[in-house]
Amino acid sequence: MIKTDILIIGAGPTGLFTVFEAGLLKLKTHLIDALPQPGGQCSEIYPKKPIYDIPGFPEILAGDLVNNLMEQIKPFEPGFTLGERAETIERLEDDTFVVTTNRGTKHNAPVVAIAGGLGSFEPRKPPIPNIVDFEDKGVAYIIRDPEVYRDKRVVISGGGDSALDWSIFLADIASEVTLVHRRKEFRGALDSVEKVEELSKIGKINLITDAEVKELKGDDHVTGVGIKHKTEGDIHLDTDYFIPLFGLSPKLGPIGDWGLEIEKNAIKVNNSYDYQTNIPGIYAIGDVNTYKGKLKLILSGFHEAAIMCQSAYQRIFPDKKYVMKYTTVGGVTGFDGTKKEAKKEVVKAIG
Amino acid sequence: MSDITIKIKDREGKVHEVQAPTDMAMNLMEVCKAYELPVEGTCGGMAMCASCQCYVLSDHELPEMGQDEDLMLAEAFYVEDNSRLGCQIRITPELDGLEVELAPES
Repeated sequence: MIKTDILIIGAGPTGLFTVFEAGLLKLKTHLIDALPQPGGQCSEIYPKKPIYDIPGFPEILAGDLVNNLMEQIKPFEPGFTLGERAETIERLEDDTFVVTTNRGTKHNAPVVAIAGGLGSFEPRKPPIPNIVDFEDKGVAYIIRDPEVYRDKRVVISGGGDSALDWSIFLADIASEVTLVHRRKEFRGALDSVEKVEELSKIGKINLITDAEVKELKGDDHVTGVGIKHKTEGDIHLDTDYFIPLFGLSPKLGPIGDWGLEIEKNAIKVNNSYDYQTNIPGIYAIGDVNTYKGKLKLILSGFHEAAIMCQSAYQRIFPDKKYVMKYTTVGGVTGFDGTKKEAKKEVVKAIG
Repeated sequence: MSDITIKIKDREGKVHEVQAPTDMAMNLMEVCKAYELPVEGTCGGMAMCASCQCYVLSDHELPEMGQDEDLMLAEAFYVEDNSRLGCQIRITPELDGLEVELAPES
């Protein structure tokens, strides 16, 4: 069991900055995120897009903001459970919480801060009527172990980097790779597009453009797909696997069933005080929460994180007094033994 | 500058007639959100998520589709010939009377 002071669900900018604010109060933190890397939307959706409303940064790329935050929180040695989704929460007799992920990793903390943004990122599933019935029976949205596809027939659909990259990779492993995309144009990196074109010319990838997989066939496992081609009509293709790769989209997911008060896909909090939810000890900060006048901005998440950590401190140490200190005065003392502080003024008399 | 009127059919088939300002640099996705219609706008308007996809029902001449929007629609679901991303449609006086329908959630 992983133990910490504040368990943060969501490693986007708000969750990451919570580590810093908690660290100033000597509170330990651990983050859970469904994505394999920290940064949330900033890393997953728009790492190369500039953000113009981060105070003090006239312009910063979303990816750079995440890198800076990681650097800023490093002294506080946060723990990470990445690539796992927070699934269930239970309150123990000692008033602490246990959060378990979809892979069974357990975390225990007296305070839980949900900084889940719009939710956890889940693969986008194409609207094929019986697709859910074939999940793990020939349909996969994520490739975990490419060896599964050795000497098998695979149909991939999608037009982005992951569809291109996996088609290239599997071309050497699978007995047959077909890439189906609705257009002739692909959204991926130029060299990946060129590589797919090259592999298709030498027959290592069967490229079908202007077409869409509309149907899945099979009894207890996929045996074929029905493809609708813009000009050539319906095509049937025998296959062992169908891998739709259409990126990820956020869903509030299991957090919605934790007994928290939800309003319009967001968690209601007490914003006049500390961003606590209707369950004492569980806070919600950043884009995931809602209250009158809420602004879904990164800067609002930072503010909410600072306030929330003060309240968490009082919850964890009800008898201790704490006075908020400025980093300009006290510096930053990391759990890793590092200390950052302003240089002392040198006073020297003349003469 | 005066507001324009837009008719937005939601996913239950209900038509909402809304007023949108032409001088606030707003786009159709933001108008939907302002009126609390069920549009997520996950990516905030960067043509990167397609959660604001809509079908254009009236024959207004819309601004030409940029490459970002075109390629996002190439990967979105439930795409029809009249599909557009709401976030890429800026509210201008020419769009007065525009009629759109929200595409299914995906």
